[in-house]
Amino acid sequence: MLLISCPHCGPRAQTEFTYERTLDAIVPLEAAPELAMQLLFERTNPRGIDDELWRHSHGCRQFMTLKRHRVSHAIIAVTPWGKA
Amino acid sequence: MSGPGRIAGGAAPTLRFSFDGAVYHARPGDTLAAALLANGVSLIARSFKYHRPRGIMAAGVEEPNALVTVGNGSLTTPNTRATDVFVYDGLVAKSQNRWPSLRFDLGTVLGLGAPIFASGFYYKTFFGPPRLWMFYEKFIRRAAGLGKAPTLADTDRYQHRGAFCDCLIVGSGPAGLAAAQAAAAAGETVLLVEQDAVLGGSLLRDSGGDMGSIEAAKLAVEAAGGRVLRRTTASGVWDHGLVTCVELLAEPGQSHNLAQRLWHVRAKRIVLATGAIERPLTFAHNDRPGVMLSQAVRSYVRRYGVLPGQRTVIVTNNDDAYATAQALSDAGGQVAAIFDLRSAPTGAVVTAARQRFTVLTGAQDIMAVGGRHGVTAIVAHSGGQRHRFAADLVAMSGGFTPVVHLHSQGAGKLEWRDDIQAFVPGLTPQNMISVGAAAGEVFPASEGAAALTKPKLSFIDFQNDVTAADIDLAWQEGYRSVEHLKRYTTLGMATDQGKTSNMAALGRLAGAAGVSVPQAGLTTFRPPYVPLTLGALAGPDGSGHAAPTRRLALFERHQRLDPIWQPLGYWHRPRAYPVGGETLAQAALREARAVRSAVGIVDVSTLAKFAVTGPDAAAFLEVVCATNVTKLAIGRGRYTFMLREDGMVMDDGTVWRLEDHRYLLTSSTGGADRMEAHLAYAHHVLAPAMRVSIVCQQEHYAGIALAGPQAREVLAQLTGAEPPAHMGVAEGVVAGVPVLILAASYSGERAFEIYAEGHSAGPVWDALEAEARARGGCPYGLEALEFLRIEKGHVVIGGEADGRTTAHDLRLEKMQRKAGGFIGASALERPALNAAERKQLVGLESLGGDIPEGAMLLTASGTVAEGHVTAAAMRVVEGGAIALALLAGGRERSGEVLRASSPTRGQVVQVRVIEPHFYDPAGARYRD
Repeated sequence: MLLISCPHCGPRAQTEFTYERTLDAIVPLEAAPELAMQLLFERTNPRGIDDELWRHSHGCRQFMTLKRHRVSHAIIAVTPWGKA
Repeated sequence: MSGPGRIAGGAAPTLRFSFDGAVYHARPGDTLAAALLANGVSLIARSFKYHRPRGIMAAGVEEPNALVTVGNGSLTTPNTRATDVFVYDGLVAKSQNRWPSLRFDLGTVLGLGAPIFASGFYYKTFFGPPRLWMFYEKFIRRAAGLGKAPTLADTDRYQHRGAFCDCLIVGSGPAGLAAAQAAAAAGETVLLVEQDAVLGGSLLRDSGGDMGSIEAAKLAVEAAGGRVLRRTTASGVWDHGLVTCVELLAEPGQSHNLAQRLWHVRAKRIVLATGAIERPLTFAHNDRPGVMLSQAVRSYVRRYGVLPGQRTVIVTNNDDAYATAQALSDAGGQVAAIFDLRSAPTGAVVTAARQRFTVLTGAQDIMAVGGRHGVTAIVAHSGGQRHRFAADLVAMSGGFTPVVHLHSQGAGKLEWRDDIQAFVPGLTPQNMISVGAAAGEVFPASEGAAALTKPKLSFIDFQNDVTAADIDLAWQEGYRSVEHLKRYTTLGMATDQGKTSNMAALGRLAGAAGVSVPQAGLTTFRPPYVPLTLGALAGPDGSGHAAPTRRLALFERHQRLDPIWQPLGYWHRPRAYPVGGETLAQAALREARAVRSAVGIVDVSTLAKFAVTGPDAAAFLEVVCATNVTKLAIGRGRYTFMLREDGMVMDDGTVWRLEDHRYLLTSSTGGADRMEAHLAYAHHVLAPAMRVSIVCQQEHYAGIALAGPQAREVLAQLTGAEPPAHMGVAEGVVAGVPVLILAASYSGERAFEIYAEGHSAGPVWDALEAEARARGGCPYGLEALEFLRIEKGHVVIGGEADGRTTAHDLRLEKMQRKAGGFIGASALERPALNAAERKQLVGLESLGGDIPEGAMLLTASGTVAEGHVTAAAMRVVEGGAIALALLAGGRERSGEVLRASSPTRGQVVQVRVIEPHFYDPAGARYRD
C-alpha cells in the first residue's frame, strides 16, 4: 500500500485516496470527438514514470497529481491539482 | 531405552495437556513439539498423500510434518505446527489425516500404491474418460488432506492496530538485537518484533553464555521510546515500508478475551534479522519419525532440556552440525557417527570432532532404516565401505537458506551464493536491509549429491509428499520452468510454502537441466510468511458484516410498522409493510394499489441531493447533465440524466431551479458516491474556471414521496396552501416543520417529494401517514415502488441503465441536448452506438404466467438470446404479468411474440413485445 504525501494533509495511506486516471486520459470538454475517444481509449501505459491524477477522497477531497514509477511504485512528486 | 525423553533435572512439568486423548505434562515454555518429545511421543502425523508416519523435523515455523489440530469446538485451530504452539494448561491436540488412528492408519495402504500419486497424476486423469476422473477426484479428496476446518463460528476476538516507527526490526537473534541497540542509541524509535515467545533467536540454542545482551537491547529500545513485541510475526511486506505483523495474544485453541492483533506498521527503515532455515538432506526414507534437522535437535537439547533420541547419527554437508554432536554428547546422549557428505572436510571443527566421534567423510547412498513408527538405524557408504549404525535419531543438515521472504515480498532482488548454496538479499527499492544469517552469514555447505538410491522414497517437499522422483518425472515430461514444475508437482504449495524444500528442489531441477541453480530460477515469495488466521485479517468486523449500516433519519418511524428491510448499498430501506400475515408480494400489491386508487407515502431520503449554486451553476449542470438546464424557469424542475465519457447513461434524477443561481440536483441512491466523485471531477478538473459550489446534501434532508389521486388534497390539507403544479417547487410548513416540496412523479400518479431536515422529519411523516390512512392510503415500500415504476416504464440505474445502454437505447434521446457540450456527447457519434441491432428498451406482456426476471429472450425457433428481462412485475390494478426488457433492435419489434426462457428457474413463457408504457401513456394522471 502506497504512502502518499498529500500536499494539504501530509503523508497518508493509499486507502484514503482514489486513483482517478493518468493525466493523458483527461478529456477536455472542448476536445473533438476523434481526439476525445483517442484520449479515452488509447493510453500510453509506460513501463516507467507516469503522471497520474489522484483525489484524497477520504481526507481533504482535493485533487492532486502524482509522478509515480509504475514498476517500483516510487512516488517522485505530488503536486496540488492546478498548480503544476 | 530408546526414543526421545526429558533430560534429567530442570523445572517441574506443571502444565497438563493431551494428545489424541492421552494426558501428558509439560514445562512452562515448552512448545507442543518439545513437550511431546519429552513424553516420548515421536509419531505425530500422517503425511498428506501417502499417509506415511511423520514426526517432528524442525523446532520453528518451518516445520513441515508435525501439523496438529489444537483446541475444541469453536476454538479449534487445524494445521497448527506443533513447533509453533506453546503449551498452556489444558491444551488439547489431535493428530490429523488418519483413520482409524494415528498408529494404525488404513490410508497407509495408499503408500503401497504410491506410483499412482506421482506428479501430474491429477492432470493426467483429465485425459482419461470423465467417469474415471470423477472417481479419482472423489477418492483423492477423501484420501489426501490436512486438518478439518471447524464448522462452528469462531468465538475468538481479533483487533487491528496501526503503528509508525523509525526502524522496524524483524527478529531478535544476535543480529536483530545488535541492530536494535544501534538504532536505539541513534535515537530512533524502534519496533522490534519476534515470532517466538521469548527473545534471543539462535542465542536460545547457541548462547555461549551471552544472554545478557537480550535484556540490554530490550531496555535500550524501550528507553528510546520504542517497543518490543513478542509472539509477533512479520508476515507481509508491502509498498513504501508497510509491514503487516500478526501478534498472538493467545496460543491456538486457548480461550482468551483477545486472540490476535494485526499490526499495520509503517516504518521509515526496516531491518530484517530473520535468520536462516536449515535444509533437510535428500536421502532414502528421510521422512521417518526420528529424522530431524540438526539445529532443531540442538534447540530441543539446550533450550527445552529434551533429548530427541538416545543414540544419534549425524548427516551433514557443513560444519554447523558438529556442534549438535557436541550438544547431544554434553547432555548425555550417544553419538554413533557423523556422516559428512564432503569428501575431505578440513578445518578446526572437523579435526576437533575426530578426537571424540566417529567421523565418516564422503558419505553417499544414505538410507534411514526403520519400522512403522520411526528410524532404527542408518546405512551409508563412505570410503568404499558400507556402514550401518543403529540409531533412534538422525540429525541432518543440508546447509542454510537465509530467510529472504520479506526482502523478496518487498520487491527486492536475490543473488546466488555458491559457497552457501543459497540465495541472499540483493537490491531492494525499499529502505530495508538484511543482517546476520538472513544476509547470508551462515556456514558454507557443499552441493547436494545427485545420485539417490531410492528417489521415490527420498522426500523433498515433506508436507506435500513430493519426492526426488516426482521432480525427475516432471523434468522428463518437459516441465522446464520452475514455475511450471511447482504447479505440476505441487512442490512448495503446502502451508509451509516450501520453507524447507524449495532449495533442494531447485538443486534437483538444476542438476537434471545441467544448469546452475540461479539459471533454473526461483518461484515468487508471497505473503503471508506463515499461515494466518482469516479472523485476524477480518479484524473486529469478523463477527458480522464488514460493511457499515446506514440508517434512515426516519428509521424509528418505519421500525414501528415492522417492515421487511432491504439492504440497498449500505442503506437499509423498507421493502414492504406487511399486515396480518401478508406475504411480501401481497403486501406490495396492496400498497401499490393504494397508490393507484387513493394515496401512499414512501421514504425517498436516500436519493443523492446536491446543492449547486453560483453564477455558473446552470452552465456547470449542462456539463454534467445531458438534458437542457439553462431554459429552466425559477421554481421549476425537470427530469435529467447524466452520461459517462463513453456515452453510456450513468445516472438519472431531477434538477430544480430554486433561485436564480441556486439549483438542486437529485440522482439515484446507489450512484450517490459515484455522482459526488463525478461532479467533483467535472468541476475541479474539467471546468475549474466555473464559479460554482457543489455541496452534497444526501443525508441532510429526509425525503418523503406522497403519491396518488388524493396526494394533492392531502398536501393542501397539511400545508394550508395550494400545492405546486407538476414539476413545480414550493416551500411550505407541515406539522410545524418547514419543508421543500418538489412536484415530481415516479409512480405515475400525482405526486410530491417533501424534504425536511433529517432531524425534524419525524412529525412530517406522522402527519402524512395519518392523513393518508384517513383517506384509505398507507405507507409503501421499495417493492411497491418497483411495481409502480415498471408499469410506468421508468428506467432504473443498474437495471435497464446497466452501463451498456445509451439514451437512445433507453428511449430518452428526445430529451438529450442537441447542441451537445455535455460529458459523453462526443462519444455518441461512434457508429456502434447508433447501430440498429443495439439492445433497446421494450415492454413485454405475458401470454402465459409470470415472466421470470433475468430470462433470455428468444424467437420461436431461435437459439441465440436476443435480449433479456430486466425487471418483471404485474399490472397493479388489472393484473397480468408485464416486464421491461432490453431487446436487440427492440424499438422496431412491437407486436412480435418471443419466448422468455430462464433455464436456471426452469421457466419458459410466451411474451409479446409492446411499448414500455403499460399505464397511462399520455401522463394524464400526474399532470394538473
